[in-house]
Amino acid sequence: MNAVADTFAATSGAALEARAWAALAEVEDPEIPVLSIVDLGIIRHVRAGADGGVEIGLAPTYSGCPATEVIRASVEAALGSAGLAPVAIQEVLSPPWTSDWISPAGRDKLERYGIAPPAESVSSPRQIGRAHVALNCPRCGSERTRELSRFGSTPCKALHRCDECLEPFEYFKCI
Amino acid sequence: MSAQPRALPSEARIDYVLQLADSNLILGQQLGALVGHAPALEEDLGIANTALDLIGQARHLYSYAAEVEGRGRTEDDFAFLRAERDYRNLALVEQPNGDFGQTIVRQVLFDAWQLELYERLQHSSDRRLAAIAAKGLKETRYHFRYSGSWLVRLGDGTAESHARVQAALERLWPFTRELFDEDDADRELAVAGLTPALPAVERAWSDRVSALLAEATLARPANTPFRWFGRRGVHTEHLGYILAEMQHLPRTYPGARW
Repeated sequence: MNAVADTFAATSGAALEARAWAALAEVEDPEIPVLSIVDLGIIRHVRAGADGGVEIGLAPTYSGCPATEVIRASVEAALGSAGLAPVAIQEVLSPPWTSDWISPAGRDKLERYGIAPPAESVSSPRQIGRAHVALNCPRCGSERTRELSRFGSTPCKALHRCDECLEPFEYFKCI
Repeated sequence: MSAQPRALPSEARIDYVLQLADSNLILGQQLGALVGHAPALEEDLGIANTALDLIGQARHLYSYAAEVEGRGRTEDDFAFLRAERDYRNLALVEQPNGDFGQTIVRQVLFDAWQLELYERLQHSSDRRLAAIAAKGLKETRYHFRYSGSWLVRLGDGTAESHARVQAALERLWPFTRELFDEDDADRELAVAGLTPALPAVERAWSDRVSALLAEATLARPANTPFRWFGRRGVHTEHLGYILAEMQHLPRTYPGARW
């Protein structure tokens, strides 16, 4: 290969990866459809292969989250319809996914959807061991909220209630 | 395997990974039986979510064991096609759900152990095992906060709830010795840097459990010579029934698919 061909290969690899990222940004989380899997922060890497295919690094949120299998299927389908094949999905366990991987855009979307986003960073050593954080109601903004149930409708959520507007709301757990 | 500090037969590695996987799977299966039967909807959700995490961790572990073994077995083969004596789970997790108090006591004793184990196992010389432990640790912390808060509520609750969890504690305590009894196989794994030394895990577990029992106004039972060896495949009368139910479908309809 000469230098021009090398440059071309690099560019087309980058173009493939950009197309893959764009396609992935359209894949919804099956349990929180307002979030894309890119917002959720579970796509660790996208690598163009020499054969025109792509390798995707996918980090599961919870070890036993049933959505993981649906997400894998949706990723393959989305990349397939974007003309990217073959697709290899690699599961990435380390470093583990935490709620800190949710993008700022994803946090905004969660809040607008009525799910309180994770209230704190779990990566900061100062936060470890802290039990209680004041949560704002995603509907009325009040701080007068309390936990109803530490576990909710999906592994990633807990159930809270606002004592001001009296509405229950879901909270995306910090983990 | 040149990255390992000392050569360890792959059988020893597989056996250890299966011990962890089996304990998780059996406890997950036990908790699964409570779905729809827990005392309140919130507890149904808490128990179901804990079961889901435990089984998810077990799947990662079985897949890893299958890879190390390299004989083409899958996670399902390990879960559904092994006999009782091949199971390596702690006898603690196969003890019956009992009343809600007993379910919670079993969970607290297990969660506190798993938490202290994963804290150390995330630094294992085995990078795959370390990754599974680091991921599971965040879930287990959450489980412990849940089971621990219930133990305090029940222990420091009414005379009835206190008496019931104290009785459950006396009944299950003897099974905790197995968590820390170290044999030659365990020491070999620790020397190879694969697992933490059990005495260190025991001290941390003991401190954690004592503090929680004090908060729950429960008396810590004394250790007795009672021993059980679930990790070596010797089980109490309960495991056979659990497996019979869990394995019924794949054994009756081999190769069945959803």
